Amino acid sequence: MRKRHHFVVTLSVVVLICCGALFLSRDVNAAGEGTITGTVKLTGTAPHMRGIDMSKDPFCVKQHENNPAHLEGVVVGQDNGLENVVLYISEGLSGSAASETPKTVPVFDQKNCMYTPHVLAMDVNQSYKVTTSDQTTHNIHPNPNPMTGNIPWNVSQPPGSAPITKSWKAEEVAIPVQCNIHPWMHGWFVVVKGPYATTDDSGKYTIENVPPGNYTVTAWQETYGTQTSKVTVAAGTPATADFTFKAK
Amino acid sequence: MHDMSTHPAQHHHTAPTSFIRKHVFSLDHKVIGKQYYGLALIAVYIGMALSWLMRLHLGWTNLAIPGLQWLSKTGAPGGVMTPEYYLQLMTMHGTIMVFFVLTTAPFAGFGNFFLPIQVGAEDMPFPRFNMMSFWITFVAFIILMTAFFVGDGPPLSGWTAYVPLSAIGAAAGPGQGLGQILWAASIATFCIGQLLGSLNFITTTLDLRTRGMTLMRMPLTVWAWFITSCMGLTAFAVLLPACILLILDHVAGTSFFIASGLVVNGALVPHSGGSTLLWQHLFWFFGHPEVYIAIVPGVGIVSHVLITNMRRPLLSSKVLIGCMATLAFLSYVVYGHHMFVSGMNPFSGLVFSFPTLIITIPATIIVLIWIGSLYGSKIRINSASLFALGFISMFVSGGVSGFFLAQPSLDIYLHGTYFVVGHFHMVMAVAALFGIFTGTYFWFGKMFGRMMNETLGKIHFWLTFVGTYAIFMPFHYLGFAGNVRRYQAFVDDYLQPLIPVHRYITVAALVTGAAQLIFLYNLIHSRFWGPIAPENPWEATSLEWITTSPPPFDNFGGKHIEVFHDPYQYGIEGSTNDYVMQNSPEQIHTERDEK
Amino acid sequence: MAKFFAITIVVIAIASAIPIVMHMWPMPQDISVHGPLIDEQMADTMAEAGISFLAAQFILAAFIWMFSNRSREAKIRRFPGGAMGLVIAAVLLVGTEVLALGVFGTKAWAAVYFTPPSADAMPIQVQAGQFAFYFRYPGPDGKFGTIHPDKIDEANENFFGLDLTNDPAAKDDIVAAEMAIPVNKEIHLLMHTKDLGHSFYVRELRVQQDFVPGLDLSLHFTANKIGKYEIVCTQLCGLGHYNMKAYLEVMSQDDFNTWLKQQAANQ
Repeated sequence: MRKRHHFVVTLSVVVLICCGALFLSRDVNAAGEGTITGTVKLTGTAPHMRGIDMSKDPFCVKQHENNPAHLEGVVVGQDNGLENVVLYISEGLSGSAASETPKTVPVFDQKNCMYTPHVLAMDVNQSYKVTTSDQTTHNIHPNPNPMTGNIPWNVSQPPGSAPITKSWKAEEVAIPVQCNIHPWMHGWFVVVKGPYATTDDSGKYTIENVPPGNYTVTAWQETYGTQTSKVTVAAGTPATADFTFKAK
Repeated sequence: MHDMSTHPAQHHHTAPTSFIRKHVFSLDHKVIGKQYYGLALIAVYIGMALSWLMRLHLGWTNLAIPGLQWLSKTGAPGGVMTPEYYLQLMTMHGTIMVFFVLTTAPFAGFGNFFLPIQVGAEDMPFPRFNMMSFWITFVAFIILMTAFFVGDGPPLSGWTAYVPLSAIGAAAGPGQGLGQILWAASIATFCIGQLLGSLNFITTTLDLRTRGMTLMRMPLTVWAWFITSCMGLTAFAVLLPACILLILDHVAGTSFFIASGLVVNGALVPHSGGSTLLWQHLFWFFGHPEVYIAIVPGVGIVSHVLITNMRRPLLSSKVLIGCMATLAFLSYVVYGHHMFVSGMNPFSGLVFSFPTLIITIPATIIVLIWIGSLYGSKIRINSASLFALGFISMFVSGGVSGFFLAQPSLDIYLHGTYFVVGHFHMVMAVAALFGIFTGTYFWFGKMFGRMMNETLGKIHFWLTFVGTYAIFMPFHYLGFAGNVRRYQAFVDDYLQPLIPVHRYITVAALVTGAAQLIFLYNLIHSRFWGPIAPENPWEATSLEWITTSPPPFDNFGGKHIEVFHDPYQYGIEGSTNDYVMQNSPEQIHTERDEK
Repeated sequence: MAKFFAITIVVIAIASAIPIVMHMWPMPQDISVHGPLIDEQMADTMAEAGISFLAAQFILAAFIWMFSNRSREAKIRRFPGGAMGLVIAAVLLVGTEVLALGVFGTKAWAAVYFTPPSADAMPIQVQAGQFAFYFRYPGPDGKFGTIHPDKIDEANENFFGLDLTNDPAAKDDIVAAEMAIPVNKEIHLLMHTKDLGHSFYVRELRVQQDFVPGLDLSLHFTANKIGKYEIVCTQLCGLGHYNMKAYLEVMSQDDFNTWLKQQAANQ
């Protein structure tokens, strides 16, 4: 009888310790578990985004027969949410957090003679891929500012080409990307240090894996420029930073 | 001109002994000629391989060509040629062929070997310059080849390197930075080599003719090389500074060729005040004489070989010489026909078109003299004479398309189409190549001491003659249909229906190209295992046939040569021995017989 | 072998002529007012070139056939008239032929280049740049706004670098990616290049002219057939040269007016 009693007590203690450890470990993750979330909106009347005449390439015209293409300098979605805004931490990140490179590989696709997504955010030294889904040859040409140390390049991708994998070695907000063959194709690579996010079609974003601390978050939009906001990230509670850009 | 056999310019140098002096840094014009020929041989196979790559891509744009990715990882990922790489290969194809094959083999190759011998000289007056001219040309070739292996690869602006595409630098496209600079440096170096070579040719012709060898007693090949070298001296002298100016625009911030206010890749080009058309004037002032530099030696060689095989002189050598000289002279005043739609003053277009039309006349006379001399002759058929006769056919075919391009109103439609590409390939590339083949089959025994295989030569001829027509005739039809040139692929509705024609041409090109391997095999095999060549296998009369095969280092073994008449004393009627050597006092015809 | 060679030459010559005579890959239809002059000149030249080509190849073949494999004892014969005869024949026949072509050809050239555009020709500006053509119509004010190369912003479709804020002439300019023109109306095409050399080529219009950086060139023409045609670049301009094109739409005057209004609304 005494032996069984000892066993149950030991087992319970072990179970309790394990549960406690599991419970506590949620808060003690080394990479940080905080998030910054928010919405970016546009007030005022959104500027008219002109249609794009792709007539020089009949393939492109065909792809947009029922779905006309427009410039994407300002893309406003539900509830005045601004899409394609990049949010990143411009101040307050420790050295190790800033230089951690995510293992995910963002993809920039040439599809229907447009760049999808229009804006691709990534970390310094993070690998990204450029793919083509079109039956016409593209020649992607990112044109970084020579002062940053990033080197411009261009690569032709005929139909069926394999993806290109690249990375940037210096921070740059932002690198204009154009297609040499289709002059209307424009996009952006936004190269930052540390965690980042891009707003969706409702203007909502979530930056994940932010260690607890005080930070400045910057929102970058290609037409309206940047805005900043200070946040404090605590473990367990998502911090919020909303931004509002004003249409001119 | 007076007797030159004891002229102070005549060198009596001793025979070389070391391997380096005999075969590498040789002062002997014969070795230099063979070195030039060898360089052209390497260049032509590279140029031909490039044309295969181009033609494969044109027929099958998304074809993965196995191994191409090792030549260029960025240019052909997975072996599929990118649009820029097509243009880069095209640029190198044109540059290699025009400079390192067509200017090198017929002129510097055969000319160096045979000009001194045919005028009875021991060597050229400036053997060191001559040696330098080859090695400078060789260095130019190496510089050009390195363009394949630098960052972005070779330039994509075509062998014509029009500005400002070729002047702006890397922003204008892949290969336009270092690749273009290497191209310009290579061509500038090549010009220097050719200037030194031309200097030797002219002085040998004027100063080192042996006793009795008046100007009018020189073989037609010598006249051809002499006239070509006069063109070379003036034409390359213009291309050289043009290339230097181009390099300066790249590296020194000058703006010889770059106008103001240009925006490339979203940035203002930091140059201003230059002229686009200046490059075109400089380039074509060189470029048109250049195409005659490519063809006139062939005219000389074909005449020389035809005479030997027809067993009679031409109806008039004087007329032929006069026509070659007229072609050379007129070549300087026709160059604007490359610029009819360039934005040049349209009145200039008319002015250039008249001499361009007139130049048909000496070209026609040359063809008529050949055909007229064929009448009543006793033409012998062998590899050399087949290629010589083939030259006539090719020259006619290529020449008549010139009727169209000489007229600016028709050039409005035909400029920039495959019609132009067909024209210059037939009249320059193929015809000049036939001239080179003629010379090779005729002179190989003399140069190397062993004869080439006749059967293989004839097979090579048939495949090449039919093959080149099969390839290049359709180019003219494509041109009439409006097929634009220098396109890496035909993606639009108008041109797509023409793709089957391109595929047919590609097949013809690959087959004809394969036939050239027969020639290469024949060259190499005969060089080592061909039948020993007699002194005069063709029963020919000019001075190269009075010496051994191959000639000794001083050409005539120390003998003093004297000639007594023109070099084409053929046609003793009703006799088995129907010819008289030029250094024999016997004579059959006098100059008064020629009319 | 010589006789076989002669036959081969004849066969090749005839085979070369067949596609031309049978119009297998003809020039596309001519849709311009000045085109018939060019087409007539082309036909005349084809006849003369064709006859010269066939005659030369046939005679070459004939002489190869006749004068090969002759015995060593056979006599060498001189062509009647000798060299001088041939020279005179060449100068007279070929000389007359080419001079005639040259003289009559000036008419077609002059129609394009020596006649100025008429006063009521419609001005359209075309800008060529790696690797597309863009067209500009002056709008109701009839004036083109100034081009400012430093203001070019392709991402926002300001292809010409117009100063839309401060330049009144630029505000009503209509920029399009295709060129629509009314049929039977003379067009005065002003040609401008943004970056380097290009060329404007419309096969059916029988028009081709290079763009020259630093030079403002112009062309004029009248299209007389409604339809859609290609404008292609024929001056090597970089990797996208093969795909540098735009479409020319020749429309009725009414359709053109509608098109222009639509384009204006899209500015």
